[in-house]
Amino acid sequence: MSLLSLRDVSVAHGGREVLRVDALDVNGGEVLAVLGPNGAGKSTLVQVLALLQKPASGEVRFAGEPVRGNTLAYRRRVAVVFQEPLLLDASVKSNVGAGLAFRGVAGDERRRRVHEWLDRFGVAHLAKRSGRMLSGGEAQRVSLARAFVLEPEVLFLDEPFSALDAPTRHALIDDLSAMLSDTAIATVFVTHDRAEALRLGDRIAVLMGGRVRQVGTPAEVFGSPVDEEVAQFVGAETIVAGRVQSVDEGVAVVNVAGHAVEGGGEAMAVGDEVLVCLRPEDVVLGAVHEGVIPTSARNHLPARVTRIVPSGPFLRVEVDAGFPLVALITKQSREDLGIEPGADVIATFKASAVHLIRKRGG
Amino acid sequence: MELIFDGVEEALRLIFSGDGYVYEVLFTSLYVSGVATLIALAIGFGLASLIALRLAPGKTLAVSAFNVGMALPPVTVGLIVSILLWRSGPLGELNLLYTRTAIIIAQAVIATPVVTALSIAAIQSVNPRLRLQIAALGASRWQSGVMLFREARVSLLAASMAGFGAAISEVGATMVVGGNIKGSTRTLTSATVLEVQKGNFDTGIAFSMILLVVIFFVVGGITFVQQRRPAS
Repeated sequence: MSLLSLRDVSVAHGGREVLRVDALDVNGGEVLAVLGPNGAGKSTLVQVLALLQKPASGEVRFAGEPVRGNTLAYRRRVAVVFQEPLLLDASVKSNVGAGLAFRGVAGDERRRRVHEWLDRFGVAHLAKRSGRMLSGGEAQRVSLARAFVLEPEVLFLDEPFSALDAPTRHALIDDLSAMLSDTAIATVFVTHDRAEALRLGDRIAVLMGGRVRQVGTPAEVFGSPVDEEVAQFVGAETIVAGRVQSVDEGVAVVNVAGHAVEGGGEAMAVGDEVLVCLRPEDVVLGAVHEGVIPTSARNHLPARVTRIVPSGPFLRVEVDAGFPLVALITKQSREDLGIEPGADVIATFKASAVHLIRKRGG
Repeated sequence: MELIFDGVEEALRLIFSGDGYVYEVLFTSLYVSGVATLIALAIGFGLASLIALRLAPGKTLAVSAFNVGMALPPVTVGLIVSILLWRSGPLGELNLLYTRTAIIIAQAVIATPVVTALSIAAIQSVNPRLRLQIAALGASRWQSGVMLFREARVSLLAASMAGFGAAISEVGATMVVGGNIKGSTRTLTSATVLEVQKGNFDTGIAFSMILLVVIFFVVGGITFVQQRRPAS
C-alpha cells in the first residue's frame, strides 16, 4: 500500500482546470520526482499533496486513510521546502526551530535537534545570524534544515534549487542526496530539470498541462515515453542502471545487465551505482552480417529490434541489447539494412556519447 | 521668541515645582489616551487580520472605509459621541457625558480607523508565500496569526504609534465630550486651549511642551522596541 496517494483530484483557478490527477501514489521510503515544464501545475500538485490548497474535488489519502476536515494533524507529519527559502524575520536557529515550536517541542530537545540539522547542512556557524542576511545558497540550506528537523513522514521539495547558481546547486544536491539516503524519508521532489530528476528520483512522474502523463522508473520514462509530447520534453534517452566495474584514465566500464558498457566516468569509483544515459541519435545500428566495423566507437552490442515508432522524419528503433536501447535512424537506413521487429543488429556507440549519472547514496 | 523662552521656563517651573494641577492634567492625558489606544489596538488589530486574511468579497470596500475613517474630523466624532451620550440620547442612562470615559470613547473612535487601516496595509505587505510556508511548518490558525504579526511587527508598531498620536494630540472631541472640567476631564491639549484663550501664552506653551515631551518618550520607547534586531 502506498504511503500517500491522490485520487480523482481536480483543481481549478478562475474557472480553468489547472490540475487533474486520477491517481498518483508515493511509496514509503522512495523519492518520486515530478518532472514537468513551467506552468505544468507542479507547484499546485505539491500544495494539494501537502494540503496547503484544497482541491475542488477528489481526495488525499495518507497511510490509506482519506485526510478530511482539519488538516493540522496531517500538516504536522509532513514538511515542505519551496523554491524561495521563505525564512522568517528571525535568527537562523529560530527559523529552524519554528516548526518544532509549533509542535510543542521545547527546551533542550529543540536546541539539540536544531543544532544537529544546522550542522548536517553545514550552516551551524550561521545559527545566530538573521535569516534575512543570508546568501541564496545559505538560505536554502537553512530552509532544508528547517524541513528535515521535523523528521517528517513525507517531504515535499518544490524546485528547491532552481534559484541557485550552478556550483551552489551541485553542492546542495550532493548533500540533499546523502540526506535522503540516510533518512529514507518518502519524498516528492518537483523539478523542471531532467538531470535533477534522474539524480534524485527513484521513480519519475511526468506532469504536463496539469495531468500526470507517465509514471515509472527513469529507464521507463526516458526509454519509452508514452507519447510524442512526453518524448520531446524528456529528450527520449536510453537510461539504464548499472554498476561501475573499473575506471581507467577517466573511462569507466559499467556492468549493465551483464554487458560491459564504456563511458566517461572521471568522478566515478568502482562499485558506484550509476545511470547510463545515451541519446538515440548517438546510437548506430549495423547489420549483423557486416560484423564489427573497425571505428573509434568503444561499444558494440548485439541486439534484437523490438519496436519501431515514427518520430518526425526519423524512426525510433527500440532494441533489446540485454537492456533496452533506443536508436534514431532514417527510413532509408531501415530499408537498406532490413531493420524489422525481430531482426538482429549490432548497436554501436562511442564512450564519449555515454553520460553517467551517479545515483544517490552511491 | 521671548514668549517661547518664557514658555519653556514656565514649563520647567510647573514640572519641578510639584504643582498638583499639572500632574493631574498630565495623568488624565496619559490615562485617557493610553486606554483609548489600547482599545483601538485591540479592535484595530482584530479587524485588520479579519479584513486582510479572511474577507474576500467586500475587502476593497472595507479597506476604503477605514482609510476614509483615518480622516474623521475629531470635532465631528465628538459631536456624534456627545449626541449618543446626551441625557436624552440612546446611551444617556449611562451618565457618561463629561467624564473621562466619554473622552476614552471619543479618542478610541478616532484612533481605531488609523490603527486598522495601517494594520491592514502592514499585514498585506507580508509575502503571501510566507503565509503558505508558515502553514506548511505545521502552524495552527492561532500560531499562524502570531507569526504573521511578528513578521509585520515593524509596521504594526508604526500603526500603534500613529494611533496613540491621534489620540493624545486630539482636542476637538475631548473638549466636546469631556467639557474640559478641572480635576476631571482636563487634558494637556484642552488645558493648552484654555490657557491660550485666557491669554496666558507662556502657560499654554508650557502645557504644549509637556505634551511634546510625553509624546517623545512614549513614541521613542515604541520606536526602540520597533528597531531592535529580531530576537534570537
